[in-house]
Amino acid sequence: MEHFLGFAIPGVPYGCTYAIVAVGLVLTYQATGVFNFAYGAQAYTSAFLFTWMVQNEGLPVWLSFVLSVVVLGPGLGLAFDRFLFRHIANTNTTAKLVTGIALFVGIPSVLAVIFGSANQYNPPSILFNPDTVYFRVAGTPINGIYVTTVVLTVVILVALVALMRFTNLGLQMRGAVESRRLIQLDGVNASRVVASAWAISGLMAGLAGVLLAPQYAQLQSSDYAALMVAAFAAAAWALLRSMPIAALVGILMGVASTVLAGYLPASSVWSSASLTSLPFIVLIAALLLLPGLRSLGRDKDPLSSVDPPTPPSVAALRAPQIDRIVRVGWYVILAGFVVSMLTWLPTTWENVFNAGLVYSIVFLSITLITGMGGQLSLAQATLAGVGAYTAAQLANHFGLGLLLGGLVGAVAAAAVATVLAFASVRLRGLGLALLTIAAALFFDNTVFPQLNSSNGQSVGIEPKWVPFGILHPNGHAFFITAMIVLLVCIAGVQLVRRGTTGRFLGAMRGSETAAAGLGINLTWQHIVVFALSGLVAGIGGTMLSIQQQQVNPALFSYQISLVFVVVVVTTGANTVEGALQAGFGFVILQQLLTYVPSRLGGNSLVVVFFAFGALTYAAHPEGILEYQKRRWTLATQNLIFRPVDHGAGPSGGPLLGAVGGGGPAAMVNGTSLEAGGSPVVTDKVTDHG
Amino acid sequence: MGEDSAPLLSVVEVSKTFGGIAAVSGVSLTVNAGESIGLVGPNGAGKTTLFNCICGQLRPENGRVELEGSDLLGLPTFKRARMGISRTYQRIEVFPDMTVWDHLMVAVRARACTGRLWKDLLNRSSVTDEEHERVASVLDLVGIADRAQTPVSALGLGLCRLVELARALVSEPVLLLADEPSSGLDVHETRELAQVLRKLQRERGMAMLLVEHDLGMVGEVVDRTVVMNLGVVIADGTFDEVMSDANVRHAYLGVSA
Repeated sequence: MEHFLGFAIPGVPYGCTYAIVAVGLVLTYQATGVFNFAYGAQAYTSAFLFTWMVQNEGLPVWLSFVLSVVVLGPGLGLAFDRFLFRHIANTNTTAKLVTGIALFVGIPSVLAVIFGSANQYNPPSILFNPDTVYFRVAGTPINGIYVTTVVLTVVILVALVALMRFTNLGLQMRGAVESRRLIQLDGVNASRVVASAWAISGLMAGLAGVLLAPQYAQLQSSDYAALMVAAFAAAAWALLRSMPIAALVGILMGVASTVLAGYLPASSVWSSASLTSLPFIVLIAALLLLPGLRSLGRDKDPLSSVDPPTPPSVAALRAPQIDRIVRVGWYVILAGFVVSMLTWLPTTWENVFNAGLVYSIVFLSITLITGMGGQLSLAQATLAGVGAYTAAQLANHFGLGLLLGGLVGAVAAAAVATVLAFASVRLRGLGLALLTIAAALFFDNTVFPQLNSSNGQSVGIEPKWVPFGILHPNGHAFFITAMIVLLVCIAGVQLVRRGTTGRFLGAMRGSETAAAGLGINLTWQHIVVFALSGLVAGIGGTMLSIQQQQVNPALFSYQISLVFVVVVVTTGANTVEGALQAGFGFVILQQLLTYVPSRLGGNSLVVVFFAFGALTYAAHPEGILEYQKRRWTLATQNLIFRPVDHGAGPSGGPLLGAVGGGGPAAMVNGTSLEAGGSPVVTDKVTDHG
Repeated sequence: MGEDSAPLLSVVEVSKTFGGIAAVSGVSLTVNAGESIGLVGPNGAGKTTLFNCICGQLRPENGRVELEGSDLLGLPTFKRARMGISRTYQRIEVFPDMTVWDHLMVAVRARACTGRLWKDLLNRSSVTDEEHERVASVLDLVGIADRAQTPVSALGLGLCRLVELARALVSEPVLLLADEPSSGLDVHETRELAQVLRKLQRERGMAMLLVEHDLGMVGEVVDRTVVMNLGVVIADGTFDEVMSDANVRHAYLGVSA
């Protein structure tokens, strides 16, 4: 027993921070309907500034606490509400998730840009001295960190439960999650209710942040990501509804992790693996076992049909003449690109563009799953990693060439994706996102480390694994190979999109009820799109490893998966064009930033840039780049073709000036294109923003 | 109903409760091939719940649902659809990114089970002349041929209902479940819709279960009317018979007999 307590008690402070974050997540979800992915980033921001103020600026601890937690915590929550989530309250779950992910990825990078990327060490404790042992429980010394954490956790949880149970505000908060528009119709000032929830949960995030900080010697945003997953798991077991259960599961998980670590032999693989994997095993178990989570992320706002429809793609809007010019333009750019790559481009830029090609392949997998399947997967980098590691293992142990091994690896990635698809057959939206991020973390912590070379580092690609001198730095063989692979992948994606599978997936995106009612096997389609996406990601992963000349776990981590999502939704997740823009934009921006002084943030700036782009996802789900292209295309067409029908009125409603005499006519948002005739532009496209 | 001809659809003693409230309790119903039945009753009578039990969106706690003598209850929704049950929805369920034409193409392909991935990858899944013909004829029939290339997001509620109806019809169902097809349509459109339904039924021999609040339309279209209230069937007979039934008048119109 003594033994057990000795292992269990050190877990309590971890458990307390998990509990606060889990309860904060439940609170935001209950009051606003937003599953706040950025919560860990909020906690990290407070912890970072608290440590920075104390260690670098020498401010007193109490003042730093007030500024970083009491002021900044709620402030950040209010800012999120005021500038972001308030405007997207009525959008779908995916849009809210993407916004949260963009903040989660972007905020640590913003901090790195502002304060430099130097690490913060020895975060201070708030209330009690961490070096003083106040008393002992079962022989375990209880120091200031324990006392501070436990006392503050109890205080905040009791206050919160009282607020939700006994006050009018709590009641209104619980109403707001059902439908903000409905409680507004009941005469409640919904905005103020929601803002209060954001402020309170922001305060809790800040508090959890500074409580967790002194438990590590060094402040790292990745520790806060781990905190988030643990909190996700606790919140999931509470069905995002019950704060006491969330708190209880959080504390139990903290205790279980130290107990497990204590009893398992310290040197075994399972010890380190079980410790780090516990939160996502708990999370996966919740997602698979609790039927209540299946309805999460399905939109249930009774007024959701009031939303405007998604705008059509640029390609659908272009007049035939412009379309021809754009097509020719693409071919000219392609030819110019190929010729330049083979002739005059310096090696640096050839490498950059090669990386662009392989990232485009990986991003095509997101086009498949998010653009066509309508699902947000947060494990695309992991699937790429499965492909790459499989290929490398086959090369290492069986001498199989990487090109052939890459195909086997792609099949392995497709198999992993299929397993994910089976596990997530009944999950959509939020549930699916959580399952995939749990899977990604599982591979990061448990699977990939086993496959690294003996010193735990990345696996170098040996020249004998790759034929045709593809690895040779000054040849063009890699470029030609990558180009061929990319074109084959694009062709595959386009064929699937235009074919029956593409139509069925489109139907499923629109209405699963109706799709099933027509005879579409939803489960099968779900598996098909996951498997295809895994296949493409696996191919991309192997190509990426060859291009980088190593299989590097850092390229396949869950953070990278999140960055991928953020990048692709910025340029457009629905089109192949979007994937190409994402692939090239990502690497070209990185290269350009190497010319900027590194104190300005370097690679962090790339993430910040795309995170800002992704924040617009809710307003422009087709991608901000796609949106801008549509604006410019329409503006150009307005200039070139004489606008007619001035009397169409400001709405430019699609039904106005509808169908001309005879023949099918394509009409899209204010622009009606008569078949064979010249386009009739009735009005500018209205912004759905 | 003669003993020799088995009914197309038979619903036997079906019950479904939601959190202790019986939405449908012990409802039995038969539909013969080519027969058109009106299912009426006040809001909350359990009509849509019954539809969901027939289509497989809900699993009833008790009872049987059979199509042409084979048990449906173990089957998922998509398999029932492939057996020839089509439906429209009370709260419209369309695919917002798609054109009207694509809605019907999806239905044709889904019913024919020809969605094969390898066909897509070998570019063998372009629209055939026969499919083209089928889609065009249904669009004509429902009267929305001129909207074929319009994205449904640009259509009003009434037209969306017609798209749903066309989508259900193009798969050539043996049984159509129409859930309030006339809501959102004006008087004129409702009359046209009634004519289309009548004609379809006569020409194609399709059976139909029609949930409808527009009693004028029900009287015009159906062979038989079933009245539900609070989860149970309270009357079954010709339209005129049930409308003169005292129970029905009380439950449906709130008029005491």
